[in-house]
Amino acid sequence: MITADPMDVPYVEEFRFLPEYLEKAKALIANYPPGRQASAVIGVLDLVQRQEGWLSRTAMDEVAKLLDMAPIRVYEIATFYTMFQLKPKGKYLLQVCTTTPCWLRGSDAIMKACEHAADGKTFSVQEVECLGACVNAPVVQINDDFYEDLDEASLQKVLDAFRRGETPKPGPQVDRQTSAPEGGPTTLRSE
Amino acid sequence: MPKIKIDGVEMEVPAGITILQACELAGLEIPRFCYHERLSIAGNCRMCLVEVKPGPPKPQASCALPVADKQEIFTTTPMVQKARRGVMEFLLINHPLDCPICDQGGECDLQDQAMGYGFDRSRYHENKRAVPDKELGPLVKTSMNRCIHCTRCIRFATEVAGTEELGATGRGESMEVTTYVEHALTSELSGNLVDLCPVGALTSKPYAFEARSWELTKTESVDVMDALGSNIRVDTRGAQVMRVLPRLNDDVNEEWISDKTRHAIDGLRYQRLDRPYVRKGGKLVEATWDQAFTAIAEKLGKLEGAKIAAIAGDQCDAESMVALKDLMAGLGSPNIDCRQDGARLEGGPRGSYIFNAGIRGIDQADAILLVGTNPRWEAPVLNARIRKRYLHGRCAIGGIGLIDDLSYPVERLGMGPASLRELVDGKLGFFEKLKAGKNPLIILGMGALARPDGAAVLALARELADKLGAVRDDWNGFAVLHTAAARVGGLDLGLVPGEGGRDVEGILAGCEKGEIAAVYLLAADEIATKRLGKAFVIYQGHHGDAGANRADVVLPGAAYTEKPGAYVNTEGRMQLARRAAYPPGDAREDWAILRALSDRLGKTLPYDTLEQVRERLVCVNKSFAAIDQQQAGGWGTFGASGPLGDAMFASPIANFYMTCAISRSSRTMAECIASREEFAQRYLARARRMG
Repeated sequence: MITADPMDVPYVEEFRFLPEYLEKAKALIANYPPGRQASAVIGVLDLVQRQEGWLSRTAMDEVAKLLDMAPIRVYEIATFYTMFQLKPKGKYLLQVCTTTPCWLRGSDAIMKACEHAADGKTFSVQEVECLGACVNAPVVQINDDFYEDLDEASLQKVLDAFRRGETPKPGPQVDRQTSAPEGGPTTLRSE
Repeated sequence: MPKIKIDGVEMEVPAGITILQACELAGLEIPRFCYHERLSIAGNCRMCLVEVKPGPPKPQASCALPVADKQEIFTTTPMVQKARRGVMEFLLINHPLDCPICDQGGECDLQDQAMGYGFDRSRYHENKRAVPDKELGPLVKTSMNRCIHCTRCIRFATEVAGTEELGATGRGESMEVTTYVEHALTSELSGNLVDLCPVGALTSKPYAFEARSWELTKTESVDVMDALGSNIRVDTRGAQVMRVLPRLNDDVNEEWISDKTRHAIDGLRYQRLDRPYVRKGGKLVEATWDQAFTAIAEKLGKLEGAKIAAIAGDQCDAESMVALKDLMAGLGSPNIDCRQDGARLEGGPRGSYIFNAGIRGIDQADAILLVGTNPRWEAPVLNARIRKRYLHGRCAIGGIGLIDDLSYPVERLGMGPASLRELVDGKLGFFEKLKAGKNPLIILGMGALARPDGAAVLALARELADKLGAVRDDWNGFAVLHTAAARVGGLDLGLVPGEGGRDVEGILAGCEKGEIAAVYLLAADEIATKRLGKAFVIYQGHHGDAGANRADVVLPGAAYTEKPGAYVNTEGRMQLARRAAYPPGDAREDWAILRALSDRLGKTLPYDTLEQVRERLVCVNKSFAAIDQQQAGGWGTFGASGPLGDAMFASPIANFYMTCAISRSSRTMAECIASREEFAQRYLARARRMG
C-alpha cells in the first residue's frame, strides 16, 4: 500500500522551515495570483521533503497553514504522488526500477543487493515502475540522480562511495557516454 | 433556450443546465451515484452515461455535459445500455455482496440500480479489495469495503458543512475516503453523510442493526430541537422511534437536518415520565391521575390568581400553550411567560420577533449582520444556508458578539451593545457595506435579546433596519433567530405577562419572596429551579429533568413525536407535527391534560377535540390558519430605549448537543460530547508512545 497510516509513523513534535527553504517556498507561492497560494502545494511539499527527507504529519499541517488550506487537502496530494515519502527514509533513497527492460537486464540481482544495503539510515530502498531510461537498464535512482547500466559489482562501488560520503558520478557505470554505444560510436564515424 | 431532442422527442430546455437535468425535465430516469443536485459536479462514477449527437462516438457522462442547441440525446440505445452495464460491473468488482447484513439494504442506490441496469453476474474472479474501516465518531459508522468512491461525502463536508475533514487519499486501487488523521467529524451536520452515501459505506451508528427500512412506519413530522422547524420523517417500529430522517423542503431545511435532530431521539427512551407523581413527605410517589388532580385542586382552589404563575417550555406545541393560557386566564392569573431565557421580546408586532426574511431569504441577502448569535450551534442547517450564500459570493458577513468558527469568514465588528450603537451611528466601515447591499439582513440572536438590556438592543436593531431601508414591501431584512421551537408560537399566542403580570424573572423572584405560591411548569426545565423556593410546583412534561425533580405534582405529557402539534418556526411558519408513536404508560397529550385539569378546577376549557383546539388557535391568532406558509409580520415601533449594558453578546447555547430534556437524556448526544475530547487525547497518547 502506498498510503502510510499516520498512526504508524513516528510523531514529530515540531516542523520548521529552514530560512533558505522558506525563501524558496515564498518564491513558489509568488508564482500564483493572490488567493491561489494553494496551487504551490506540490512544490512546497517537495521542499519539505528535501529539507526533512520525508513528510511528517506535523510538516504537512505546517504546509497547510502556510498555504491557508485544509490539512486533508495536503494529505490527499501527499498520498496521491508516490514520490512523496510518508515514512522516514535513509539519507539515500534507492529507487530500483523493476519493469520489464530492467528486469531482463538483471534488476532482480540489483534489487537484492539494494535490499541488502538498506539499513534505513544511510540507504532505503523502494521498488519503482519504469524510470524511462530503458536503454541504460538496469537503472537505480538514488535521490535525484540516475545510476545506469549497473551490475552487482558496479552497484557495490556506487553504494560504497555513498557510504564514504562521496557522490559518485551519475549516469552509466560502464564505458559509455549517456546512451551512446559502449566503447564509442559505431555509426556516423566518417568525417 | 436550446432546442434538444431526447429519445426522439423534441423539447426546449433552459440554457446552462446539464443533459442529466434536461433528461429529468423530460421525465426520464438517469442512473447516477456521484451526482447530487445540491453538491458540485464530480463526474466520476460514470453511471449516468448517455449517447449524445453530435459528439464523439462514445457515451458521455450526462451529469457534467451542458446542453447545447440541436443536440440529440439517446438514453435507451444499445450503446447506453451496454455502457451502464459495464460501469455497474466495474463498480461491483470490489463491492462486497453483503446486502443481507448491510444497513443500507432496502434503501440502497447501488442495490436498486444494479437490479435496474446491471449485469446478472460477475465475471471477476480475483480477490476483492479490502479497505480498513474508518472511525468517524459516534454518529457515522463506516464499512469502507462498500465504498464506490462517489465522493459525495467529501463534497458535502467541504461544501455544505464547511468542515474540510474528509478526503480521498492514495489513488487508483489504493484510494480511500478518510479523514487521514483519525478523529470524529466536527460538523453538526455529519448525520447527513449517511443519507448522501448511495451505498452502505457510511451508515448510522446509533441505528446500526436496529431495523430494516421496510418494517418501519413512516410519519411526516416537524423537528423541535431548534427553532428552524426542520421537516422530518419519523420512522417508528411499534412504540419506539427508530430514526429520524429529513424531508425535502426548500423553504426550510432543503434536505439537511442537524445531528441533534437526527440522533437525540434515543433520549425519548430514557428518563420518561410514564405516570403521575405526587410529592409525599419530601419524596415523589407514584399516583393516579385522579390523585394528582386532587392534589392540584386542593392547592390551587384556595389561591387567588395573582399568586399562581405558569411558565411554558421551549418545545411545547401551540395547542398545549393555548390551553395553558386559557386555564391561567380562568384562574385569574396574569403571570404567564413562554420566554424561559428571559428574551426581551414582547408580544408586539409580529415582525419584531420572527425571521422576517425567511430562511429562503438568506439566498437573496447581499450583506449579513449577525448580532449575538452563533447560528452554527443555534440552527446548524440555517448556518449551512448562510455558508451557501457566502460561497455564492458577493456577500459581506459581519458579526457582533462572541463569534466562533461558523464555517465562513465573518468580519468581527465588536463584542457588545456599544459596537452595535457605533454601527447604527455609521461609525463602523461595515455600515457602508450593509447600506450598499440591496437586501441587507440583520440576524438578531437570543444572545443579544435574553439579557437585561435586551429591549434596548432590540430597539437599536430596529433603528438599524429602518436606517438601512431593510424593511420594504419586497424585502424585510430584520430577522430574529430563536433557539426555542415553541417561542414564536408562544409569542403568537400571547404567552407573555398580562396586565400587572410577572415574567419568568418576576415569577422566580416572587417564589423566593413567597409572593407566588404555585407555579405551573409546562415542560419548562431551563429555568433556575432552585429559585422556586417554597412554591407548589406542578410539572407537566415528558422527561424527568430539572422541572420534574423539583415538582410537587408531576403530570406525564407527550414528547413531540407522540402528539399531533402545531409549531411555529423562527420565520413564523406554522407547521404540523404528527403523532408517530403513543406516549408511554399513562402519559397523555398535553392539551388534553390541561383540559382535564381545567374541568377538575371548575374552569372547564371550551374545547374537547383537537380540531376545536386548533379552531381556538386561529381565534387567538389568525396566522395559525396558514399551514406551512410563512405569514408576513407587521412592522412598527418596538423595543424600548434604555441604557445599554457592557456585557458582550454570547450565544445562550454553550453545548450544541444538549439543549433540551430529550437531548440531555440521550446517550448518543453524550457520546458526541465525549468523542471530541477522546479523539484528541487518543492521538496524543499514541503519538507519545511512538516517540
